[in-house]
Amino acid sequence: MNQVELGSWSGRDIRTGRGPSDPFTELDLSALSLRELNARLQALKVPTNETFWRVQNPNGAHAVAVGIDAPIDVEVAGHVGYFCGGMNKCARIVIHGNAGQGVGENMMSGLIHVKGDASQSAGATGHGGLLLIDGNAGARCGISMKGVDIVVKGDIGHLSAFMAQTGRLVAFGDAGDALGDSIYEAHIYVRGKVEGLGADCIEKELRDEHRAELFALIEQAGEAHKIDVSEFRRYGSARKLYNFNIDNAGAY
Amino acid sequence: MTALEKTWGYIPPRQSATFDAHSIAEIRRAAATGIYDIRGGGTKRKVPHFDDLLFLGASMSRYPLEGYRERCETSVVLGTRYAKKPLHLAIPVTIAGMSFGALSAQAKEALGRGASLAGTSTTTGDGGMTPEERGQSKALVYQYLPSRYGMNPDDLRKADAIEIVVGQGAKPGGGGMLLGQKISDRVAQMRSLPKGIDQRSACRHPDWTGADDLEIKILELRELTGWEKPIYLKIGASRPYYDVALAVKAGADVVVLDGMQGGTAATQDVFIEHVGIPILSAIRNAVQSLQDLGMHRKVQLVVSGGIRSGADVAKALALGADAVGIGTAALIALGDNDPRYEDEYRALGTTAGCYDDWQEGKDPAGITTQDPALSARLDPVLAGRRLANYLKVITLEAQTIARACGKSRLHNLEPEDLVALTIEAAAMTRLPLAGTSWIPGQ
Repeated sequence: MNQVELGSWSGRDIRTGRGPSDPFTELDLSALSLRELNARLQALKVPTNETFWRVQNPNGAHAVAVGIDAPIDVEVAGHVGYFCGGMNKCARIVIHGNAGQGVGENMMSGLIHVKGDASQSAGATGHGGLLLIDGNAGARCGISMKGVDIVVKGDIGHLSAFMAQTGRLVAFGDAGDALGDSIYEAHIYVRGKVEGLGADCIEKELRDEHRAELFALIEQAGEAHKIDVSEFRRYGSARKLYNFNIDNAGAY
Repeated sequence: MTALEKTWGYIPPRQSATFDAHSIAEIRRAAATGIYDIRGGGTKRKVPHFDDLLFLGASMSRYPLEGYRERCETSVVLGTRYAKKPLHLAIPVTIAGMSFGALSAQAKEALGRGASLAGTSTTTGDGGMTPEERGQSKALVYQYLPSRYGMNPDDLRKADAIEIVVGQGAKPGGGGMLLGQKISDRVAQMRSLPKGIDQRSACRHPDWTGADDLEIKILELRELTGWEKPIYLKIGASRPYYDVALAVKAGADVVVLDGMQGGTAATQDVFIEHVGIPILSAIRNAVQSLQDLGMHRKVQLVVSGGIRSGADVAKALALGADAVGIGTAALIALGDNDPRYEDEYRALGTTAGCYDDWQEGKDPAGITTQDPALSARLDPVLAGRRLANYLKVITLEAQTIARACGKSRLHNLEPEDLVALTIEAAAMTRLPLAGTSWIPGQ
């Protein structure tokens, strides 16, 4: 896990290309209310010249930078609480710290990049875009995901991809128990060990199209050619519980 | 004739009260099919209900108001606690949440049309918001459910209120299942799932657990929508005193309390009949909870589950509710279980008035189906008109009762206007048994 230095960063972000010396508009949560902060960001519509924002002193605040609907970049200088970037559309949000529960919940598009660890339910019900977590993610990562891509460079907790519908979940590290429980059509790739699989989740053959899909995701995470896609295993639905059958009652 | 009967006369065979005809049929059905019974609707068993209460009316100590002449106000405002734009409704009868998927697009449109004509709100369900429904609904409550099917920030902002669903009366603690036969291309697309498979609606929210988390979830929803929209919290009636207290603590503007008579699109019969409590037994505790917190009338209470008539509306309001929700009655008003389809109900093994296999998608009335031919039977304009008629009638009925009790507003009805007909109802509602001053337990 990366040690995150609060409120400062060096180099350009792998995804946004933004660096600390680029001109930005500052929103300081020690001076602004959460409502004022979100209202500023939510008011931005295409086209806007104010495309680079920096949120100072988040101090674990909840619901930071939720509901943005514009292709802007938002750097959050520190830890955030629950639901950071909730329902995001288009924006690229980089969190220079850890993220609390439900980071990127129901995100529709864009990018959310957590430089530290993420708590449980990261990317829950996300419909699109990319959630990139440099550290570990807690339990229920990608729960009920509906098209979002989630790449976790560390481990993912138990019940990750629970009832995951579509989208891709990639873990460079290990996965906790009951991975992919009651999964539908989402694709899961895990490089480390899997503590256990949930109901109706099975290991599947990693074919060329999956290697290509995985490579593209790893590339988006800035790790192309650093990690061998062949080290991953693929998991998905056995599709045995798709239609109710009393003879399957023992499975749940 | 047996020898015994020759001596004693005809002895009819005795039906067991425990193993009655329904129980025996269920055992036989389970043994034959290997699957429990899934159906739509709410409880069918007889439970204490609003029929067990009576209004006293005006007498020597109270003046009645003149029917057809003196005004009796019916409007209500929901969401006055925090929302910048609370919902102003002309009548205290709302249309409860029902999904596109469970219902046809025509039925959803009809609900919107009927509600708008009557000046009230309608509610989405599990499966997202359809343009038909949004377009035809002046006031639309958008449900925020555990499955989050079709959830997106644009629809959230188009809504007039947001209803976080924790549970419903037919199945407190249960999720849902839309069986594969109702998953059309459109339903599948809206829910991001393949066509034809059973679509489970989760029983828990994916990103929050408990009242402390919920408080933050409500904060997020308010931030997403600029603190404009009322946030409702819907709970199935089970532990109303504490659930309402927690809802208030979490920051809800409105609590929706649904009793076990409230319908579901599809759930196990054993769940519908054996989990949760009747709405009659839940209202007084919910109101008490609000009163103990000093929040009665500040956080509005909407109750539902078995509301059929203006008398039910008036009784719910007199017990302290701010509004009621109707689902089953609204579907009946649209044309559900219409006797004109009796031949088709018979072919489905049932009869008009009893049809509850809503999960099968074969509804002759075109309401609980995704079949294009069946759905086309329901004219949304006509059905919406029927719903509006019904809403107006039950409002007039409630006004009739309120005037008889001397009330110039429906919301001036109070527990003192009521008595209970049964000891059970008296105990549940803390009203005196009719003709006595006795309130069981007090």
